[in-house]
Amino acid sequence: MAPETPPREPRDPGGGPSDSDATARRASNAPARSAGIGKGPGTLLVTLYGIFTVGAASRSAVQLATRFDEAPLAYLLSAAAALVYAFITLSLVRGGERARRAALGCCCVELLGVLTVGTWTLVEPSAFPDATVWSDYGMGYLFIPVILPVTGLLWLRRSRSHGGPAAVGD
Amino acid sequence: MFTPLTVALAVAALALAVWCGWAAYRDQPTKDWHFIGMAVVSVLALAQLAVGIVRLAGGEDAAEGTVIFVAYLAAVAACVPVVGLISLTERTKWGSLTVAAGAVVLAVLQARLHEIWGGGGGA
Repeated sequence: MAPETPPREPRDPGGGPSDSDATARRASNAPARSAGIGKGPGTLLVTLYGIFTVGAASRSAVQLATRFDEAPLAYLLSAAAALVYAFITLSLVRGGERARRAALGCCCVELLGVLTVGTWTLVEPSAFPDATVWSDYGMGYLFIPVILPVTGLLWLRRSRSHGGPAAVGD
Repeated sequence: MFTPLTVALAVAALALAVWCGWAAYRDQPTKDWHFIGMAVVSVLALAQLAVGIVRLAGGEDAAEGTVIFVAYLAAVAACVPVVGLISLTERTKWGSLTVAAGAVVLAVLQARLHEIWGGGGGA
């Protein structure tokens, strides 16, 4: 696919219903196929992933530095989650087809992680003396850890099949 | 730490979230009035940062540790300015929704901050 393409012009504030089929078709013919994964709804995803990167990274940094022995598994999992979040954030910001695929893969890893760790913490709580970001399916974080990868997957799939941000509109 | 300020900040943040969420619902980007609202919340957050540092300097301690407390204070102060800047680059309803999300995060941070300072118990 086309490697780097300039980001699309932001849509006009009042231009809600302008996303006709014609716009979509023109956009899918344009060389810029997925330059917009960090635009529009992607902006919100970037922000949320950014927040979770900072949250998970600082949390695990503090825990690993101060009391690694208490719950090594939980803290290492938090650190792994932070890495996944950081990678997805960067991919979304960079844009382009390769970044989109990388982010797609990472969202799958993330979803698997949340589901596995979530189930694990419920089945065998003794393995986790302290909570991770993904404990109980992210309940301590308003379930955002489980909602985020699903939203991410939907968004990243959609920005491919419709050929760019123009078709995704609102 | 200083409970009235914490509560005020949480309420202001939630109000900002509702306001910007409403803008997003009406398919509008953030406007001047929203930025004034963000400025008000940011000033409150900076006041909280100042109060927190003064209390620490005065010899008091946060129940869950000074480092975590200061990190949360810094995150609180940075939260709304960052989403505000993002909404400047994203002039669609998604920019408004981003500010709303940031404001909700700020309110959650207030709840945590209260715990970190008082250990879940007193102020």
